[in-house]
Amino acid sequence: MQISRIVEKMQPSGIRAFFDLVLGMKEVISLGVGEPDFVTPWQIREAGIYSLEQGFTSYTSNKGLYKLRLGIHRYLKNKYALDYCPDEEILITVGVSEGLDLLLRAIINPGDKILIPQPSYVSYGPVTELAGGVPVYIDTSKDGFKITPKLLEKYIDKKTKGIVLNYPINPTGVSYRCKELVDINKYLLKHKILCISDEVYGDLTYDFMHTAFPTLTGAKKNTVYFNGFSKSHAMTGWRVGFACGPKEIIAAMTKIHQYTIMCVPITSQMAAAEALVNSKRSVEQMKREYNRRRLFMVAELNALGLKCSRPQGAFYIFPSIKCTGLSSMDFSRKLLEEEKVAVVPGTAFGSCGEGYIRISYASSFDSLKEALVRLKRFLEKRK
Amino acid sequence: MDEILEILEKDGRASVEDIAKMIRKKPDEVKKTIKRYEKEGAILKYKAVINKDLIKDNESEVRALIEVNIIPQKDLGFDKIAERIYSFPEVTSCYLISGTYDLLVVVEGKNLHTVSNFVAEKLSCLENVRGTATHFLLKKYKEDGVILKHKSENKRIAISY
Repeated sequence: MQISRIVEKMQPSGIRAFFDLVLGMKEVISLGVGEPDFVTPWQIREAGIYSLEQGFTSYTSNKGLYKLRLGIHRYLKNKYALDYCPDEEILITVGVSEGLDLLLRAIINPGDKILIPQPSYVSYGPVTELAGGVPVYIDTSKDGFKITPKLLEKYIDKKTKGIVLNYPINPTGVSYRCKELVDINKYLLKHKILCISDEVYGDLTYDFMHTAFPTLTGAKKNTVYFNGFSKSHAMTGWRVGFACGPKEIIAAMTKIHQYTIMCVPITSQMAAAEALVNSKRSVEQMKREYNRRRLFMVAELNALGLKCSRPQGAFYIFPSIKCTGLSSMDFSRKLLEEEKVAVVPGTAFGSCGEGYIRISYASSFDSLKEALVRLKRFLEKRK
Repeated sequence: MDEILEILEKDGRASVEDIAKMIRKKPDEVKKTIKRYEKEGAILKYKAVINKDLIKDNESEVRALIEVNIIPQKDLGFDKIAERIYSFPEVTSCYLISGTYDLLVVVEGKNLHTVSNFVAEKLSCLENVRGTATHFLLKKYKEDGVILKHKSENKRIAISY
């Protein structure tokens, strides 16, 4: 059977082999996990169980349960004073991942270009290619892992249709302050580039208030905003996200969604609806816990000589390992083999991640401490 | 609540150095604050939470929750009589509560016999105690926010984006 040329070309690369190595090893302390170490707060799980008991086992509307869309409408209104109509401007998706896929397929014509600042989450490029678009990767490693209008200027042309802006950023933990976003927004509006804003870590911003991109002047009509419950509510396995944007874009996305997915599983939607009503305290508690670990880890890593600037969000740190002279992949592989500590090589997130590793502090404090002891031993051997 | 207390309430063994890093303060400052809390009595003591069901050589212990009805005293209310009750070493907790009775007293003893003796000979015969109802505890599921069960293993896959 001839596999599609686009799929054939997609490279799982060396990272896959490294991941398999980690998965095949026992008693590894993993700082390589991209999801919370907390389980979903009980009241949310209970709502899921209750919905099953009550016999909610059917399809829902393609757009998602009205109750959930209304909850999202209220959440955005209270938190950001954003007003998205639950009928026409909100779509419930299988995580942010599905939402991004839908959007890119909904807007891309063959050859359209999508800007992707790197290091970045792994799906943006491949999904763009699957939709027939051309990903244009922007190396941000020399600019503090952030884009600026000046940097964008080097990458845009007439074919540029959109930019995937993710902040707080997986894998660096870096985020943008309001005034930086204002400049980016002006630039995007001027050049008619759609902002595809993946803000799934928005609720996990520590040093300043998170600014939702569509709240910027004139941005709402030029932005599709993505968020979900996976990270903030520790609900990764439930697979619930949502997209908010101009109604014609949401309608186009819903068209694809209704043929491919139909709707998000109703149990997950019921649980997510509960999450919006009744879990502020649990979410705040998790955030405070992440914040303590973040400050602790940054202090410890810097003391070990692995330079990292303080990340402002998500639960990742992206320290430089250049002082060891090892490549990201060699460093990660040796650390795994010698000390049984798993991290993700920076190159997993784009070639400009070379010289860095991603450390996730979504692990218990005791595991973080033990990992640091091992990391220290590992580094001392190389001095 | 102060973040230092929040951390210590969860982990009484957290070191001054670690706390200092977690909240970006100087260790000396953290140490001083903790000392102050200890002096003021905000931090009373540090202890381990033990699941006694798992201790094999444990002399079996019986616990009872006792509802106590009291005739309050003029000027003193419930406090004086409560003090007489909670001062017994057998009493591990004592609360004044609203509802159909006044004090909830938790008593610990070697066996059923010692606990019922305590109730019959010490508690019930106190002058201002009008009546008691004793509930023996059969199983502990959760205590002070801690679920008394072995932690289940982490179910996440070891590495992901």
